[in-house]
Amino acid sequence: MNMVRSHVLISIDAGTIMAGARAVEEALVKEIASQGLAEEIAVLETGSIGITGRGVVVVVYPEGIYYAGVTPNDVPELVEEHLLKGRPLKRLMLAEAPKRYVIKREKTGLLKEQPRVVLRNSGIINPESIDEYIAAQGYEAIAKALTSMTPEEVISEVKSSGLSGRGGASFPTGLKWEFARKAPDPEKYIICNADEGEPGTFKDRLILEGDPHKLIEGMLIAGYAVGAQKGFVYIRGEYTLSTERMEKAITEAKAYGLLGAHILDSDFSFDIFIMKGAGAYVCGEETALIESLEGRRGHPRNKPPYPVTEGLWGKPTIVNNVETLANIPEIIKNGATWFKAYGTEKCPGTKVYTILGHVATPGLIETEMGTTLRDIIYEYGGGIKEGKKFKGALVGGAAGAFLGPDMLDVQMDFVNLKEYAAVLGSGAILVMNEDASIVEMLKSVLHFFKHESCGHCVPCRLGTAQLVEIVDRLAAHEGKKEDLDKLLKISKVMRDTSFCPLGQSLYLPISSALKYFKDEILSHVKQAAS
Amino acid sequence: MVPYRKRRLQEQKMIKATINNVDIEVAEGTTILEAAKKLHLNIPTLCHHPDLTPEGSCGICVVEVEGFPTLKRACMTLLEQGWKVYTNTARVRNARKEIVELIFSNHDTDCLTCIKNGKCELQDLAATLGIRTFEYPKADKKKEIDTSSVAIIRDPNKCILCGRCIQVCSKIQTVNALTLSQRGYDTVITTVFGEGMGNSVCVNCGQCTVYCPVGALYEKSQVEEVWEALNNPDKHVVVQEAPAIRATLGEEFDLEPGSLVAGKMHAALRRLKFDAVFDTNFTADLTIMEEGTEVVERIKAGKNLPVITSCSPGWIKFMETFYPHLMANVSTAKSPQQMFGPLSKTYYAELKGISKEKIVSVSIMPCTAKKFEAQRPEMKASGYQDVDFVLTTRELARMLREAGIDLKEMPDEPADDPLGEYTGAATIFGATGGVMEAALRSAYFLVTGRELENIDILPVRGMAGIKEAEVDVDGLKLKVAVAHGLGNARKLLDKVSDQLAKEGKSEYHFIEIMACPGGCVGGGGQPWGSDMARRARRGETLYEEDKSLPFRRSHENPSIKAIYEKYLGHPYSDKSHHLLHTHYYKRSPLDGKVLLEE
Repeated sequence: MNMVRSHVLISIDAGTIMAGARAVEEALVKEIASQGLAEEIAVLETGSIGITGRGVVVVVYPEGIYYAGVTPNDVPELVEEHLLKGRPLKRLMLAEAPKRYVIKREKTGLLKEQPRVVLRNSGIINPESIDEYIAAQGYEAIAKALTSMTPEEVISEVKSSGLSGRGGASFPTGLKWEFARKAPDPEKYIICNADEGEPGTFKDRLILEGDPHKLIEGMLIAGYAVGAQKGFVYIRGEYTLSTERMEKAITEAKAYGLLGAHILDSDFSFDIFIMKGAGAYVCGEETALIESLEGRRGHPRNKPPYPVTEGLWGKPTIVNNVETLANIPEIIKNGATWFKAYGTEKCPGTKVYTILGHVATPGLIETEMGTTLRDIIYEYGGGIKEGKKFKGALVGGAAGAFLGPDMLDVQMDFVNLKEYAAVLGSGAILVMNEDASIVEMLKSVLHFFKHESCGHCVPCRLGTAQLVEIVDRLAAHEGKKEDLDKLLKISKVMRDTSFCPLGQSLYLPISSALKYFKDEILSHVKQAAS
Repeated sequence: MVPYRKRRLQEQKMIKATINNVDIEVAEGTTILEAAKKLHLNIPTLCHHPDLTPEGSCGICVVEVEGFPTLKRACMTLLEQGWKVYTNTARVRNARKEIVELIFSNHDTDCLTCIKNGKCELQDLAATLGIRTFEYPKADKKKEIDTSSVAIIRDPNKCILCGRCIQVCSKIQTVNALTLSQRGYDTVITTVFGEGMGNSVCVNCGQCTVYCPVGALYEKSQVEEVWEALNNPDKHVVVQEAPAIRATLGEEFDLEPGSLVAGKMHAALRRLKFDAVFDTNFTADLTIMEEGTEVVERIKAGKNLPVITSCSPGWIKFMETFYPHLMANVSTAKSPQQMFGPLSKTYYAELKGISKEKIVSVSIMPCTAKKFEAQRPEMKASGYQDVDFVLTTRELARMLREAGIDLKEMPDEPADDPLGEYTGAATIFGATGGVMEAALRSAYFLVTGRELENIDILPVRGMAGIKEAEVDVDGLKLKVAVAHGLGNARKLLDKVSDQLAKEGKSEYHFIEIMACPGGCVGGGGQPWGSDMARRARRGETLYEEDKSLPFRRSHENPSIKAIYEKYLGHPYSDKSHHLLHTHYYKRSPLDGKVLLEE
C-alpha cells in the first residue's frame, strides 16, 4: 500500500448516486491521474457522510474540508486548486462541517465531543471492503463473544447496557433476547427489520449502505445469544444499494468464515438471507413483516403470541431494527458501562436522527439520548434556514407528534418524551419554519396513512378515509367548525380499536397538532357569509 | 394464533379474573368473549363466527382491560390471571358506535331492498347499539356487482371485508377462489385476475353465502322464473325437493332447528300450485340402485377403485379442477337432481301423456352448486335442459312467504306418484355419510342376495371430518371412507392419490365426498345461520326420519321396483346409461373452465 499525502473520500449512497457521484468519482480519478498525482492522492468510496439533499459530497483529508454539490465539470478546478496548489475551493466548500461526533452538553453548559457509536464507521470506511471494517476493529465483538462469553453473559451485558429498540417501540433489547432464548423450541430466527418506511427517515438505509458488516456482526451476536441458526434481513424494496452492499458483505463474510458453519472454529453456525420488501409501510410492523417474509399479504398478526415465542413459521423470532443491531457490536466490545456513559440514566446510548425540513444542514446525525430538540436543530442542524423562526417540528415520523416552541428544551429520549405525549419513533425530525402550514403538513400525514393502511381492520381502513376527507376540506378553507372535534374523535377511536400500531398511532400527530396549532387550524374553517 | 391457543388449552390451568367487577374462573386459554358468555353477558361481535378463526377485522367486540392503553378484542384476546375487564364503559360504547358508523360510510345501506333485510348481522348490530344517524358521507362511487357466476352473486358495495368468505373458501374448503386485493381503503375481495366468480375456480358450493354476515354474497335467484312458469297455463310445472330441505325449511318459519317438515313441505308446494309435487328422495333411491350396482361391478372387476360418489356438484367441479387424475374413480351415476330431471320429462311425461316441452322441472335444493349442475351443457338427456330451475331452501322460503303460506300450519301430505315415494336410505342422503350408509345397505343385498341385518352404520355418521368403516360382505372386507367439506376431502384424496401412485391401489373400496361441511344439511343454499352445531342437529333429524319410515333400503322402494319394471329395465341398462349416467371434464386450475383434450 502506497503512502499517500491526501485522501479524497467520496460519498457513494443512494442519494449521491442519483446526483451523479459515480461520474464525479470517475472524473476525479481521471483528473488526478492526468495531473500526475495518482501516486500521492487516493480516491476512496465511503457510505453517506451524513449530508443529504446537497448533491455529490466529497471530503478531502487530512484537512477535513467538505465539498457539496460537486459535478464532473467542477473536478478539474477542484483538483488543480486544492490538490495541486493546496488552496481549498471556496465556492463549493460547506460553510460548516457536519458533526461527525456526539456532542455532550456538560452541566456547565460546555459542549464536549465524543466518538459516535452507531455511525462510528459510516462515511469513513469503504462499506464494500470487509478488510476496512476489520481494520476498524470489526468482528472483534463476535470474536470476544464466541471465545470468552456464554450466550447468557451476552444477554446479560445487553440487558445491563439498557439498550432499547430503536425502531420506535423502545422495548428493552436484552429482555427480548432473553424471552427468545428461554422459548423451548430449538429452532429460532433473527430478523433484522430494514423495511424503513417512515416518511422522512433514512437512517437505516445509511447504516446499511455505510456499514453493512456492522449489521452482520450485530446479527451474529444476537444469533449466538438466543441460539438461532438463521437470520433474515428484510430490506425495503426501494433500497437497491443497501441490498447490493448487504449481499456483498454477506458474500465476503462467508469467504472469511464469519458466516456459515463453525464461525471462528466455534460450535456456532449462522447464515443470513436477504428478503426484499414489496413496498407496504405496514410491513415495518414486526408481525406484518413476518407474514410478508412467509410469502403472504402483509397483514399484522394478533399479539400475543409475540414473535419471541411464535414468530417466523411459528418459531421463536427476534425482530430488531437496524440501528438496534448496529449498537450491539459496540456494547459487546466496550461493555455495558462504557455504553451507559452515553445518554440518560433511564435511556442510555445514542440516537441516530434524520433531520430534514427548514434547517441549514439537513442530514443524518447521531446524538446522545436526552439531547434537547434545540441542540439538535441549532448545534447539529445548523439552525433554521435563512434565519427564520422555528415554528414546530414533527418528531418520530408520520406516526410521530408535532412539537411546538415550548418543547425545544425538553430532553429527547424514549422515556422522557412519553411524559409529554410525544415519541422518538423512527428518529425523523421534520423542522418547520414560521411560514410552514400545519394543515398542509397534517394533510400529507393523513393522506400517507390512508394510502398505507393495510385494510385489515375497519377503524384504520375507514377511519383514515374520513380523516382525509376532513383534512382536505380544511386545507381548502372549506372546513366546518365540528371538523376539529371529528378529527380527534375518529383518531381516538382508531387509537383504541385499530388492530395494529399503524392505525393506533394517528392520534398522536392529530392531537399534538391540535394542541400546539389549534388557532391556525381553526382559521381554515369556512367563515359563515355575513 | 391457533397453535398458541391449543397449547394454552392443554395446560388446563384455571385463572381468576373479573368482568364488570364480577368474579369469574375459567380455564386458561378462554377468550374474553367466551368468558363473558359464561356470565350471560353478550359482547356484540360482527366479523366473529363460531366456526372460524377470529381475525379481529371489525373491532366491534372491544373491551377495556385495566392497565392497557388500548382496547382489546374480546373475540381473540385470551383472558389472563387477575385481569379486570369492563365491557360497557363509555369508551367502549363510543368505540363500537363509531366503528358501525364508519362501516356505514362504506356500505350500501339500502336495507329495504337488500336480500338480507331482516336477516343481516350488521342491521342487527346497528339496532342493538342504537345507531340513529348516518354520521359520515357515503363512499364515492359504486363498484360493479359480480354476476358472472350462474350460482352466486357478489356485491362489493355491501361487503364489509370481514374476511369470513375468504377464510371459509381457503381454510375450510381449500378452493381459494376468493382473495383480498389492493390495500387500505381500496381493499376489495375478488377472484384471481379479477374476472369474477363465474370465471374462477369457485366450485359454487356457496359456503361464502352462508358465512357472509351481510348481503354481499347470495344465490343467483330464479324465483321470478318459477313464478312465471307457475302462472303460465301452457306449462306443466313439477317440483322435486332434496332430502336435506325437510330438515331445514322449518327454520325459515320460526320452527326449532332440526324440525322435520317433509309433509308440510309437500303441502306448501301444492298450495304454490305446482302441478305435481314429487320428491328428490325418490331419485336418491334410484341413485343407490345405479351407483350401488356400479360399485359392486367395479369391486368385482377390481376396476378403478376406489369408487367415489358423485352426488355433490361442488365436489364434482372441485374434482374436475384439482383432482382430474381421479376422474375415472368417480361414479358415473348422476346426482339425484339430475336423475329426476330427465325422468320428469320422459318417464313421467309419457305416463301422463304430456309433451316434453310443456314440462317445467323445478328443483328445491340446499345447494347453490346445483344451479351450476343443472346448467351443465351435458345435462340434456331428455332432449331439453333436464332441470329448468333450481331454487335454494332460502328462495323457496321467500316464495312461500310472498304467497302467504305459513309452513308451520300446513298439514302433512305425501309426495305425488310416481316420482315421490322414498325410503329411509334416501332421506339420509342429506347428511354426511348418508349416501355411503344407503349404498352399503343395498350393496350388501346386491352382492349376497341377503339383507344386511344391522343397517345403522354408525361409524360413517356424525361431524368428524373424515370417517372410516369396514363392512364384511361375505368375507370381502369392504373399506370405506367419508369426507365432508372440501378441505377434508383434499386430505383424504391426497392420501388416496399417494397410495395409488406408490402402490397402484388404495386401501379404500368406496368413498363418499360431500362438498359442504355436514353434507347437504350444511349446503350453501340453506337458511342463514348454519353453524356447525346446527348442521349436526339437522343431520340427526334425517336419521330420525329414516328410523320412522316403513322401508329403509332403496331396493325395497315399490316405486323404484316399478320404474325398473315399466321403464328402465334393470340398473345399469342402456336406458339407464342414457338417462342416468354422465361424464366429466378436466378443468383449468386457473379459471375453472373446461380444458379441451388434445
